[in-house]
Amino acid sequence: MSKADKSGSYKDKAKAAVNKTAPLGEDIDLSKYVSSDDKHAYRDDPSQFPAKAKERMLGAGVMLDDTSQRSGTYIQMDNTPVHSSVSQDGVEVMPVSQAMEKYDWFAEYWWQAVAVDQDKYTANIELNQYNGYFIRALPGQKTVFPVQACLYLAKEKLVQNVHNIIIAEEDSELHIITGCTTTTKEEAGLHLGVSEFYIKRGAKVTFTMIHSWSPETAVRPRTAAIIEEDGLFMSNYLLMKPVRSLQMYPTARCEGENATVRYNSIMVAGEGSSLDVGSRVILNAKGARTEIVTRAITTGGDITARGYIEGNAPEVKGHLECRGLILGEKGNIHAIPELRGTLPGIDLSHEAAVGKIAEEEVEYLMARGLTRDEATATIVRGFLRVDIEGLPPLLSDELKRAVEASEKEVM
Amino acid sequence: MLEIKDLSVAVEDKEIIHDVNLNIQMGETHVLFGPNGAGKSTLLMAIMGFPKYRVTKGSIAFKGKDITSLTVDERARLGIGMSFQRPPVVRGVKTRDMVAACLKGSGDGDTIDKLADKTDLSEFLERDINYGFSGGEIKRSELLQLLAQKPELTLLDEPESGVDLVNIVLIGELMNDLLEKNCPIQYRKCMGLIITHTGHILDYVNARTGYVMCDGTIGCTGDPHEMLATIREKGYGECIKCYLGRVPTHE
Repeated sequence: MSKADKSGSYKDKAKAAVNKTAPLGEDIDLSKYVSSDDKHAYRDDPSQFPAKAKERMLGAGVMLDDTSQRSGTYIQMDNTPVHSSVSQDGVEVMPVSQAMEKYDWFAEYWWQAVAVDQDKYTANIELNQYNGYFIRALPGQKTVFPVQACLYLAKEKLVQNVHNIIIAEEDSELHIITGCTTTTKEEAGLHLGVSEFYIKRGAKVTFTMIHSWSPETAVRPRTAAIIEEDGLFMSNYLLMKPVRSLQMYPTARCEGENATVRYNSIMVAGEGSSLDVGSRVILNAKGARTEIVTRAITTGGDITARGYIEGNAPEVKGHLECRGLILGEKGNIHAIPELRGTLPGIDLSHEAAVGKIAEEEVEYLMARGLTRDEATATIVRGFLRVDIEGLPPLLSDELKRAVEASEKEVM
Repeated sequence: MLEIKDLSVAVEDKEIIHDVNLNIQMGETHVLFGPNGAGKSTLLMAIMGFPKYRVTKGSIAFKGKDITSLTVDERARLGIGMSFQRPPVVRGVKTRDMVAACLKGSGDGDTIDKLADKTDLSEFLERDINYGFSGGEIKRSELLQLLAQKPELTLLDEPESGVDLVNIVLIGELMNDLLEKNCPIQYRKCMGLIITHTGHILDYVNARTGYVMCDGTIGCTGDPHEMLATIREKGYGECIKCYLGRVPTHE
């Protein structure tokens, strides 16, 4: 099938799914949002973006003034790419619109991990103005510094349509930090984002996503990853700021032997925030393994923390850990860990705990001289501290800083 | 000094400790013996001020100040420290964080490293406190925190239980440090109250006063070494019999 035919068939499938309600999360009325945006100016020098925008992006882990610790940068405002650059050989960063023109093989990755007709949100992306990042590590190339990407929602009432493609070729190593944020605190925008990850044999990808939305934003990411033999996908998600409604359930499929997936999610829901966040891993090849770790705190918001591991091959191993903390009088956390095994010899397990801070722990710290408030803060800080094995120190430090920067608001 | 007067303590409306009187002068270490359920741990918890252990009568004074109504952290800051028998695991809070909290800014990372080396816990500083610690490691970790905290009154609840013979030597030495055994008594700036079952600990601390507790009351007071010899020979049964001959029982 030619490019045009194929694209036509996606459009047809999308059209058929425009009213397809997603099984999870509040159903969002897309007609309340506008779909096309004003064009934003492209800037060659990312430090030239307005100070306010840079500050918001920095809050989501994206540094524009000093990019010396980044191997590439992609910035998208609403649906327009406004900056794209690379500072290291072996890695490509460009808008997907450009990659689509550049590579004949691009169609092999387009809508292959995520279905275009998954729900009305994926359909909406395909049928409207969209863009996104294309990040690719060439075979055997290992980036030391991460590529950073920012998806910035600037216009009020806009639906931001994003479609990203990430490819780590064989034996490559790629680190990505994605920051998603908005202009002001009063925006009532909608972010729809498809991300398709292809992790080839022996490749390693760490993907660290920091969400820093405004209290009125609705967010529906649709993410899937396909991991080949000996590949590693490590996804870290951080949400410390308020957001009106967020639902996502990224799926990773281990298709090659000994493929490994780790999901770490840290999320905080204040009053008015509604989160339905999960991680799903399908272990389809011998020796594939996964670990899913979730920390959820509510200070008044609603959190559904899901997790799903399915073992369909011999000698697979998976563990799911979800811990929820209810701070204050309001708020609720619903932890739903699920395991499914379809043959003998698999090893899947989970542990989930939801509750308030144990009084015994507070008193233990108080017996060392900490006040009740200090003891509580220490325990909450500890709860949010997830030591992510295998994450490069630079990223680990940045994640730690991002958590610490928001801690005070949580307390 | 520590002065406990006519102290009664209840846990969940049940009185466990009845009319206990006990004084510890600066520089002294006292030892509490007694069968399981006698109320020894309850007494320690009440001195530390845990809310679950409610003082129903009497008072506790420390350094001349009535502390009966003070909170746990206020007592800790006044100079009372306690080793926990079964401390909770606090996920995400590192041993290093706990030691730093105990130091309250009076030392730096180097101080922590030195103390950890002394307690043979260098490998544990970056681990979650008490997570997967063995019995001996918990004891040492408690002593590590107390060494950082430098309390004037140290409350130790069975510091030797569940500890192997190699560890017990180290733990004994750490307690010496904590209670300044090698310093002449009149110069010591610390006091200790220790619960022990086995008495091994007497080899390591300079304790001149011992008590046998049973049924929530202090039955007798005396030389801890002599007491231990009697208990070893005749068991607590004899103590209780002797004690019951002198005092009416409590309900």
